[in-house]
Amino acid sequence: MAEAIKERASRGPTRGEIRKQIQLPLSEAFRISWRYVTIRLGRSLITAGTIFLSVAFLMSVFTMVAAAKAAGQELDQPTIARYTWLVTMGFLICGVGIVNALLMSVTERFREIGTMKCLGALDSFIVRMFLIEAGLMGLFAALTGGLAGLLLMSAWSAFRAGFSVLGKMDWGWTGQGGGYGLLAYYLLSVALGMILSVIAAIIPAWRAASLQAADALRTEI
Amino acid sequence: MQMPEGLTPEKAEEIQERLGPALEQVSEYVVRTRNLRKTYQMGKVLVGALRGVDLDIKRGEYISIMGPSGSGKSTLFNMIGGLDKPTEGSVYINEVDLAQLDAYELAWLRCRTIGYIFQTFNLIPVMTALENVTLPMIFAGVPEDDRKERGIELLRRVGLGDRLHHKPAELSGGQQQRVAIARAFANDPSIILADEPTGNLDLKTGKEIIGLLKELNEEKGVTVISATHDLKMIDVSDRVIWIRDGVIARIEERSKLQVEAALAVEDALIEEGGNSQ
Repeated sequence: MAEAIKERASRGPTRGEIRKQIQLPLSEAFRISWRYVTIRLGRSLITAGTIFLSVAFLMSVFTMVAAAKAAGQELDQPTIARYTWLVTMGFLICGVGIVNALLMSVTERFREIGTMKCLGALDSFIVRMFLIEAGLMGLFAALTGGLAGLLLMSAWSAFRAGFSVLGKMDWGWTGQGGGYGLLAYYLLSVALGMILSVIAAIIPAWRAASLQAADALRTEI
Repeated sequence: MQMPEGLTPEKAEEIQERLGPALEQVSEYVVRTRNLRKTYQMGKVLVGALRGVDLDIKRGEYISIMGPSGSGKSTLFNMIGGLDKPTEGSVYINEVDLAQLDAYELAWLRCRTIGYIFQTFNLIPVMTALENVTLPMIFAGVPEDDRKERGIELLRRVGLGDRLHHKPAELSGGQQQRVAIARAFANDPSIILADEPTGNLDLKTGKEIIGLLKELNEEKGVTVISATHDLKMIDVSDRVIWIRDGVIARIEERSKLQVEAALAVEDALIEEGGNSQ
């Protein structure tokens, strides 16, 4: 035992070793985050589902407005007010839904964050892991959700006003009568979904990571 | 937001300069605390969880910190492990004052110098036993092949060679604590901190875990500091530190005679219970 103690005390890391030790492997963070998403597939799907639905709702509102325009609906003052109201609600529901889902999914892992701190994870590594995880989920869910909202609302509009409407809609970046087309709105919805997911995950993750490890471990949900 | 970015080589050298000598020199004491105090605010009342603790722990010792719940032993555990900041006083690990360390250095210390074992095991539930054990090595930047090899070796050492790819939920309490022990040893630390390691285990399993810790303590020359109220610990401890109301009540050198009676009773209980696990 005495030899073991002596051997341990005499062994210090070399400078090169330390340098290697301190590099935070992004690929490793990515790998762990991806594993988290896939292993907890059920939980991830619920969170992603909320993002999906939120973005789908927002995109369907945009599509509905575009279809109304294409169908030649008269855009008088009350109609514009109604659509503005719908779009605002779309934004709000999308935002609240995503923030709520991500806040929950991070908060329930405070203890894990505490454990990781004990194992020697830097705060920045923990935050980066959650950033990647939320980014990945946000991206996939928002891309598919936006598409679903667009397709479903287009189909509904075609069903109600005839297929000719689809041809008259502004699918591109800009609209015929000025303003933006559906592509622009799609990208806006996806970006919004993803950015909100990342922000909503990062803030609690950063808060947990900057807690004293003992406090993070004590947190009970 | 104050988020440390990737370290520069200069910073790494600075850390090496500050922590390196401490690691290289043979200091007799691996942990020292001086006038350690911790006060919690409970509503409007200030509660003193630790009220001035002076402690010197030698390299390679097996220490039990005993005391009733609420005596401050977990608080002391957190302070020694750098998991919480003292209100007053200092903790020295390898003669380095923890209060002087920044976030990087603290992470570095937690990663390589200290291994933690908890009452509730605190394994990452989505990861397999092997992944749990290799996680601290990821933080230490160990290459993947070495991680795997060492992880398997450690799990074999704690008797879980055939459970490498099981998730925590598929393991018994005793097995989970063995994984946690393997994980604590991942980066070959010089201190193992165990907070009630047998608190969630039955008598027999608890005894096995204590035995394993003692074996590793002798085999690897690692210092084991365990906060506990498990009397079985006394048998293997070099010193027992009794805490009461946030101060050290007394320190006992190992004395088998005192505990033999208590252990005989427990042995009888274990035999009676048989293989209840």
